[in-house]
Amino acid sequence: MVSPNDSVLLRPDRAVGIVGYGAYVPRYRLPAREVARVWSGRDAELPIKEKAVAGLDEDTATMSIEAARNALARAQIDPKRIRAVWVGSESHPYAVKPTSTIVAEALDIVPLTQAGDWEFACKAGTEAMQAAIAFVGSGMAPYAMSIGMDTAQGRPGDALEYTAAAGGAAFILGAAEESLARIEASLSYVTDTPDFWRRAHAHYPSHGQRFTGEPAYFHHVSSAAQLMLDELGRKAADYRYIVPHQPNSKFPQRVAKQLGFKPEQYQTGLLVGRIGNTYAGSSLIGLSAVLDEAQPGDRILVVSFGSGAGSDAFSLEVTERIGAARRRALLTGDYIARRVEIDYATYARMRGKMVMK
Amino acid sequence: MSVARTWRTRKQRYALVGERCDYCHNAIFPPRDVCPHCAEPAQKEFALSGRGTVYSYTTVFDPPTGFEAYAPYPVALVKLDEGPMITAQLTDVTSEEIRIGMPVEMVTRKLSEQGDEGVIIYSYKFRPAFEQRLAA
Repeated sequence: MVSPNDSVLLRPDRAVGIVGYGAYVPRYRLPAREVARVWSGRDAELPIKEKAVAGLDEDTATMSIEAARNALARAQIDPKRIRAVWVGSESHPYAVKPTSTIVAEALDIVPLTQAGDWEFACKAGTEAMQAAIAFVGSGMAPYAMSIGMDTAQGRPGDALEYTAAAGGAAFILGAAEESLARIEASLSYVTDTPDFWRRAHAHYPSHGQRFTGEPAYFHHVSSAAQLMLDELGRKAADYRYIVPHQPNSKFPQRVAKQLGFKPEQYQTGLLVGRIGNTYAGSSLIGLSAVLDEAQPGDRILVVSFGSGAGSDAFSLEVTERIGAARRRALLTGDYIARRVEIDYATYARMRGKMVMK
Repeated sequence: MSVARTWRTRKQRYALVGERCDYCHNAIFPPRDVCPHCAEPAQKEFALSGRGTVYSYTTVFDPPTGFEAYAPYPVALVKLDEGPMITAQLTDVTSEEIRIGMPVEMVTRKLSEQGDEGVIIYSYKFRPAFEQRLAA
């Protein structure tokens, strides 16, 4: 094993783990066939079955609050001991004014806490988790909260409108001894790759069409995952679960197979077909779904992807605390099962796509 | 609602923080200077559980300024488990689905926006309680 100082693996001095986690998915679902009905006029090949859509009174702040409340219910700690609330999203309600202070206030974590919003397309949430691991692992803080949450925008008629969805998950990081899943190691793999972007003041993102596949998603996700396996001296078979970022149903399954994983290792965390791509929440809510059923000793490999572009990989091992913690809050599947189908017109109203003045 | 007022009331709006009377021990919401039950000064901060039932409800079709984007929406009198009765919007539910006595739970949602450039006001609303209620 390479010593921590010159390894590509990130490992803090003090072992860290997840002490609480919580998911949130809004109740509305837009079937992909509705988007196809309006925009392609034929039976297009659909990238997912349906996506979750935030209600009129929901945004990244309100959704983060509910996920964070679930995480706090599982952690059973005094919120005043959480020293950071970091929210990763590309749909923060304000351009200037933190989402994180709203979340920290609602959970009574204020005032002795860091609060900040993170931005790195779909990897903003795992970037916040890396920082939270370091913040706790350095001994600076007993607990830190990281959240990946989005109400993603897709340009009407664009390929991304089928999948751009709402949802995410919150995690409280703390000492490994009191965790429900230990963080064995993490790493980040980043290059300047312009596969997807949104300029300031633009409503909708733009993307590089087919360029988003090989040089962006597949290169970063497989490089980060393979490096993690190599550095830890592991094989795919050493993991019970893998959760890659999920922009559609095809990409995560293809990359998991390329890395040597089998369907039973990636199906549990593969939620995109039922809730869509929740952007900064995507790999993290997949992890939440895995923690909902994982057993002590199970290993989990999580690999996010954010356009622009990069991946964070996390290797986790579930502890015996998982069983009791799991039951203290609603499961990811409870939110997915709470489902109200909407048509494209309702969706257009909910997402502010109608010109009102 | 002025920016100063939204700031002043943030704890009660985000997390249903009221008071518990030191003298008669009744839960009080919203927080106030004097206990409405025994007229003693009410001071101890107390976060309500957010669980309650629908006492009565109606639907707003002609909303006041600032709420136009959400109409039609249901408003209910919610009897909280700790005692107080409060007026609040119901969310994640259609008016047809609401029943008197329906168990509800508090969520923090967007209440209104002060135009495209003003502040966003978040507040408590209530939704039907998840059927799979966790064992306490």
